[in-house]
Formats: sequence, structure tokens, C-alpha cells
Amino acid sequence: MNFARRFFSRPTAILGFAIFVAIVVIALAAPLIFARGPFNIVGMPLLPPGAPGLWAGSDVLGRDMMVGLAYGARISLLVGVTSTLCAVGLGIFFGAIAGYYGGVVDDLLMRFTEFFQIIPSFVLLMVLVAFMQPSLASTVIGIALISWPQVARVVRGEFLALRSHEFVEAARVLGMRDAGIIFTQILPNALPPIVAVSSMMVGTAILTESALSFLGLGDPNLLSWGSMIEGARSAMWVAWWTTVLPGLSIMVTVLAINFIGDGLNDALNPRRGR
Amino acid sequence: MKLRYIAARLVKTVLVAIAVVVLSFFLIRLAPGDAATVMAGQSGFADEAFMKSLRAEYGLDQPMPVQFWKYATAVAQGDLGTSYVRGQKVAAIILERLPNTLLLDAFALVVAAAGGIWLGSAAARRPGSAGDSAVTVLSMLFYAVPQFWLGMMMVLVFAVWLAWLPPFGIETMGADYTGLARVGDIAQHIILPGMTLALYFLASYARLTRTAMIEVADRDFVKTARAKGISERQVARRHILRNALIPLVTYAGLQASILVGGSVLVENVFSWPGIGTLAYEAVKTRDNPVLLGIFIVTALLVSLFNLITDIAYSIADPRVELGR
Repeated sequence: MNFARRFFSRPTAILGFAIFVAIVVIALAAPLIFARGPFNIVGMPLLPPGAPGLWAGSDVLGRDMMVGLAYGARISLLVGVTSTLCAVGLGIFFGAIAGYYGGVVDDLLMRFTEFFQIIPSFVLLMVLVAFMQPSLASTVIGIALISWPQVARVVRGEFLALRSHEFVEAARVLGMRDAGIIFTQILPNALPPIVAVSSMMVGTAILTESALSFLGLGDPNLLSWGSMIEGARSAMWVAWWTTVLPGLSIMVTVLAINFIGDGLNDALNPRRGR
Repeated sequence: MKLRYIAARLVKTVLVAIAVVVLSFFLIRLAPGDAATVMAGQSGFADEAFMKSLRAEYGLDQPMPVQFWKYATAVAQGDLGTSYVRGQKVAAIILERLPNTLLLDAFALVVAAAGGIWLGSAAARRPGSAGDSAVTVLSMLFYAVPQFWLGMMMVLVFAVWLAWLPPFGIETMGADYTGLARVGDIAQHIILPGMTLALYFLASYARLTRTAMIEVADRDFVKTARAKGISERQVARRHILRNALIPLVTYAGLQASILVGGSVLVENVFSWPGIGTLAYEAVKTRDNPVLLGIFIVTALLVSLFNLITDIAYSIADPRVELGR
């Protein structure tokens, strides 16, 4: 297929895709390989990487870092993907209505998204999550709430440009209803830029989740890369691996996703390539 | 014309402020329990009569519109409520910390702009060269690194292993420096948190400057300048860079909200006594009035900064059709 060939013609896209697949496999396999869970204490605290049976060393409480890193991948991917899907859903809904109908709805949405560009969204997110009580659900909802306006702007722009095209007029003449035109005619044509924006949002969502967990605003019952770093703050001076390894995991994951995003962007918009 | 534009922007800033107050009023509703339950919980006992008197004292027994009006007028007068934990006025607590955050943000912004423009224009001079690719790779990395973790790595390398710089705080505790010695001490302390905060923006400014310069270099007025025999250095500086910098001003305005979010995290890593560490403490102690106050103050500051960059933009580029 043409699309796949364009995507895989970029070396960084191949690299990103390979790393991403590996992380997904680790995340899915974690409960099978490490059945006892990330909170299980396996030995002395702060054993360096390479200690017997501990490739990645142990943390402040003597838990296997390797198990923590594998389970952390689950949280990062879960939050990254689900919060982006929610944001994309909201963004498509409001952006499509605003772009298709225009007028007052459009004005309202544009003012609303401008407002979101101005307020410090991370501070808003902290307040949201703290008030809803930190949990996996509040993290996902919070990140989706602060990031959907970005999608809405893109969707609105596409709909605005596409709504006067001949194929839309044709559908209207045929008697198709608005909902049908929006979802079966315009949306499929507006998808490429939406996909490109969303793929970048996954990486941002992962970074945001780790920052929340680092501030103690993550789900207290789950171990994520951010909360591993937070837990290791007192040990950072003597045991570098407790901080360095989870941080590197976040960076590599986000980098891989951004590489995929760049590749998708090029493959979907060959003319708009950077 | 210009005055009318500035007036319109001022109106818009006021509208944003009103929207922030409305939003924060509804955010309070999100918090579990009301102020009475929180305070009763803190004082250790909660019989119905006491709760009722607390609710009456804080106006929580009144209808919603009345509560909103009271909240809005209080905020308009600079009253952000009282901290649950410290018992002090929220506005006073925030004002005490604010200068430290502004200092850190300003340092980061200046470093990022100067470094980013310098790197970006160097990369644009020779597109495709090794230096150009290095700038691209670095910016990819800085986009993917969690800022708080980058800060910890800075501490690990420059404060712990190399012992060049102090790892935390805004000045040496107990040293009681005055005058220039104090300035020097603070300057030493600001380098690590300031650089941590700056690097993300430095990377994006470098990319933006590079793209804009390559684009501008193709324009007719640049060819004209070269044809007139102006030296290449002058062309690069006076004609290309100056025009390439215009979009950067808007970008800096748009990124102000990200800068504030970043300083919350970076301050926390470096125990920098600003708004960010305050937010962290407020989260830990469930001090909701303080958290909400920080939200309102930072939102207003960012919209003010946006107003300034918009005006700067209209001055930098006289062609811009104002009043959009």
C-alpha cells in the first residue's frame, strides 16, 4: 500500500514504530511475566542494576525496578491512548458542529478554544484532578478536558474548508441529512490532519501523566513511571538508577510516539511534508 | 487605529478574566464536600449546629447566584479567600511567592530566546549541515524529555557529581548575604532551575527561527538587498533575522501558559520558593483556596503577558492588519 510505503520510508518512523511495538508487548505481557505485581518486595533496597536476579536493580523499598518499569508502561500507554481518544472524540464533535454550521456556535467555540490557549492548562489540570480525587479515571478525564480544544480547532478548520466542496453539495442535493453529511462525507476527508495532531497528543499526554504522578496526583494504587521517580527522590543522590531508568523510559516512549507522529504526518499529507 | 486595537485587546483580556472567575467558581463545586466539611474535619469535631454556623459564616447556605456574586466581587477586590491550612489570606501568600517565580520565568525566557535565536539562525545559514541536524535532533529530544526529570538529571550531574552549582533553594541558607554578594548567590542558584525550564523553549525557538529564516531568505526584498550590494552579514541581520523574529513574538505569547505550568514542576524539583512549590504544598495539604488562587493569578498573568506580546507584535510588524 502506498501509505505504508510512504510511512516506512522514513528511518525515524521505522525506529519509532519498532520501539513502540516493543513497549506495547512489554505492557501487555507484564502481568504474565511478573505475576506478583510491581509492589512485591524481592530483596534488599537500593541494589544496583546487575545484582543477582535484578537487571535493573531494586528501589527504595527493595522492589524489583524491572517489574515497576514494565507495569509503568501499562499506565503510560493506557493514559496516553485513552485520554487522547476522549479528547479526539470531544474535539471532533464540537469542531464538526462549529465548522459545519458556522455562526454563533462557531464563534462560541473559537472564543472557548482561545480561552484554553491562554489559561495555564497544567495548573488547571492540577486543580481538576485534586478536586476529583486522584485516580486513573480523573487523570484521563482531566487530560482529555484540557486537550480537546486543540483537536476542535483543527477539525473546525477542515470542516470549514470542505463544507462548500462539490461532493458535499451533491450529498445535500441527494437529500442526505446533516449528520450523514458530517460523518460519512466530510469527516473521512478531514481525517489526515486529525490523525497527525492526535498522534502528537499521545506523547504529550504521557508526559503530563508522569508530571501529575510525580506531584503525587496520580492514582495512589498504581505504580507509574512518574510515581517511581517521585518515590525515588530521597534516594537519587545515592542510587541514580532509581531516577534515571523510569525517566529514560518516559523519554524513549514519547520519542518513539513523536517519530511515529512525524511519519504519519508525512505519509498522510505528502504535499504538506516539512 | 492602533489605540482602537489596544482597547479591543484590553476588553478581551477583561473577558478572559471574567471567564477565569466563572470557571473557578464551578471548579470549587467539583471539590468533594464544602468549606464547612473541610474545616470541621480539621478542627476535629463536627456536630450539626457547628456545621450550620460555619455554613452561615461562609455564606454556603445562600442560593447559588448570591454565592457567585459574593465570590466574584471578592475576587475583583483581590480577596482570594483564606488558606485552610495557614489561616492567612491567600492573596498575601501568593504575592509573597510571586516575585521568585517571575524571576525564574524571566530568566528562562531570556535564555531560551537568546539561545534559540542564535542556534536557529546558525542552523538556517547552512541547512542540511551537521550543525543543522544537531539542532533538529536536540529539539526532538527536548520535546520528549519530562521537564521535572531533566531537572533531577541536572542536579545529579552539576550539583552532585561535578559539584559546580547548588542543588536547590534560591539562596544559601544561613549565609545572610547582602548587596552584590546576595545577587551573586541568587545568580548561582538560578542557573540549574532556569536552564531546565529554558531548554524546552530554547529547542522550540531554535526550530521556529530556523524555519522562519529559511522562508524569509527566499523573499524578493532579500534579493533586492543583496543586489544593492549590502554585505551578507547585514542582509542576514537586518533583513532576514528581523523579519523572521516576528512570528516568534506571537509564539512566545502562546507559550506563556506552558512556561507557567513548567515552572510549577521545576520549582518543585529545585525547592524554588515560588508559586510552583506553593501549588505543590497546597495539593498535598488539600488547601483548595490556595490552589484556586494560584489558578486565578497565573491565568491573569498569562493573559496580561499575551496582551503585551500582541501589542509588541503590532509594533514590530506595522503591516499587520489589526483588530482581528
